[in-house]
Amino acid sequence: MIRPDPLKSESDEVTAMIEVQGLTKFYGAVSAIQDVTFHIDKGEVVGFLGPNGAGKSTTIRILTCYMPPTAGQARVDGLDCVDKSLEVRRRIGYLPENVPLYNEMTVRRFLRFVAQAKGVEARAMTREVDRVISVCGLERVKNRIIANLSKGYRQRVGLAQALINNPPVLILDEPTIGLDPTQIVEIRRLISDLREDHTILLSSHILPEVAQICQRVLILNKGRIVATDSPHALTAQLQKSAKIALTVQGDGERLARALEAMDGILTVQLETNGHSRITLETDRSRDLRPEIARKVVEEGLGLLELKSMDLSLEDIFMQLVTEESPAAEGEREASETAEEVQ
Amino acid sequence: MMRGFWSVYRKELYLVFASPIFFAVAFIFLVLNGYFFYSSVAYYNMVSFQAGQNPFMAQQLNVMDVVVRPLFMDLSIVLLLVAPLLTMRVYADERRTGTVELLFTLPVTDGAALVAKFLGVLSVLTLLLAGTLPSMALLGFLTDLNWKAVLSAYLGLWLLGAAFMALGVFTSSLTKNQIIAAVLSFGALLLFWVVSWMSSVLGPGASRFIEYLSIIRHFDSFSKGVLDSRDITYYLIFIAFFFFVTLRQIESYRWRG
Repeated sequence: MIRPDPLKSESDEVTAMIEVQGLTKFYGAVSAIQDVTFHIDKGEVVGFLGPNGAGKSTTIRILTCYMPPTAGQARVDGLDCVDKSLEVRRRIGYLPENVPLYNEMTVRRFLRFVAQAKGVEARAMTREVDRVISVCGLERVKNRIIANLSKGYRQRVGLAQALINNPPVLILDEPTIGLDPTQIVEIRRLISDLREDHTILLSSHILPEVAQICQRVLILNKGRIVATDSPHALTAQLQKSAKIALTVQGDGERLARALEAMDGILTVQLETNGHSRITLETDRSRDLRPEIARKVVEEGLGLLELKSMDLSLEDIFMQLVTEESPAAEGEREASETAEEVQ
Repeated sequence: MMRGFWSVYRKELYLVFASPIFFAVAFIFLVLNGYFFYSSVAYYNMVSFQAGQNPFMAQQLNVMDVVVRPLFMDLSIVLLLVAPLLTMRVYADERRTGTVELLFTLPVTDGAALVAKFLGVLSVLTLLLAGTLPSMALLGFLTDLNWKAVLSAYLGLWLLGAAFMALGVFTSSLTKNQIIAAVLSFGALLLFWVVSWMSSVLGPGASRFIEYLSIIRHFDSFSKGVLDSRDITYYLIFIAFFFFVTLRQIESYRWRG
């Protein structure tokens, strides 16, 4: 764990850049988040995962001092988001969901506005604005009116705006939503370049993205944190069985029955679609692939494909999100309504 | 702190001039000013000829009463119509486009942002009033004008406009729809304008209070060239009150998200 520079921090006790404790937010009578607790160390890149309406944006809005929590505490760099709101805002670069920008302004003027609002001195202004323009690759459009920019460029302007004055914490709400695949790759690369010297909290519901960029994920469901760990550790932890995909030429009916009888194989699923695709769930303790290959040959079928499948983050996510008590059902509706209310 | 204020102020002014609303409003305002000015001067001209035959009437004739005061009364009505159009944008549009989330998470206090937005629209008002100066200068060139009284009328009109705008900024903070903001502010201003009509129906105490509330009553003395501290105080309290309720509304908006 990296301790923050004591000169920059309010107190030596602080080890976490973002600290959230028992955070609860109600919209009227419905709760958006309940008792959310987590912390993010300096220099970490953390993914914030959850289905729509899980409370990601609410948590982020509390952290960025857009709204106060109903209960609980959120601290950034040791400073309380309610009591020391302005100080916290100075330390955060925030890219809101849907990237709201002043459409009438040119990119450059907009960035100058943000720079001035963030307290960048007049002398340093041009240099700072030019810096974020070059970091985000906006040279070509810097004198264009924002309303005429493509979605990808808008996203970059939003990111450039967040980077102004080099805040130690970056909070990005759905930074790649609505972009085409090339743009997604570009934005992701940009974020990866930034992790050198920033603490980043990144919300998303695109799982591979989070798995690629983040060291750790927080999974939020129905306003509660349901898991927090590295993508890798989560996979290991939740993988009770190994999966093997097998494709053979010809009729796999007999083979499937033979495999079912084999020791160590838990379930067998057969799909016939020209070829026979068999999905096997096996005991994790040993690798059954050689034995399966032998069986295929014994049956006299042509082996097209045999591979072991790791649980993807998607599977884990589904497992966590669907592993729920019936009592939680009502809450989901509540949190969905909360999203609509917003 | 100050830098945050200036950044929002400059942004507001930029957005005003980037939108066609300002130009439409300024055009209408100046055209109406020209019309009212011309018609009062033409009337003054006609009455002056008649006064040539009637010495008693000539004594009564005064360019302030015949031209300047009616003109400023007319302009105050035009301001009632255009002020809501200038203020409807300030918060409502930020809410509609979502930029409010950006503004509220920048290191600028709500109070500084509010004052910056208010001064932004007030600067536009000042510009509009400055647009009427050429006609006054022309009148001063043609006749003997009591410039002190004219300046007092300008101050009155400016304070009246500022009060209109404080209320307009407040109604703009209530909704994300600019039209609704404009309608609310127009309706409320009209109510503050005509509230004194009730005074004849009410008892003496209530009627004095209601007369005091009337936003246009306090303008009369200015247009007569009299600076009364009570009238200045009225407008300042009016503005301060709407600053206060706007800040409360923003606080409540933040809570609700």
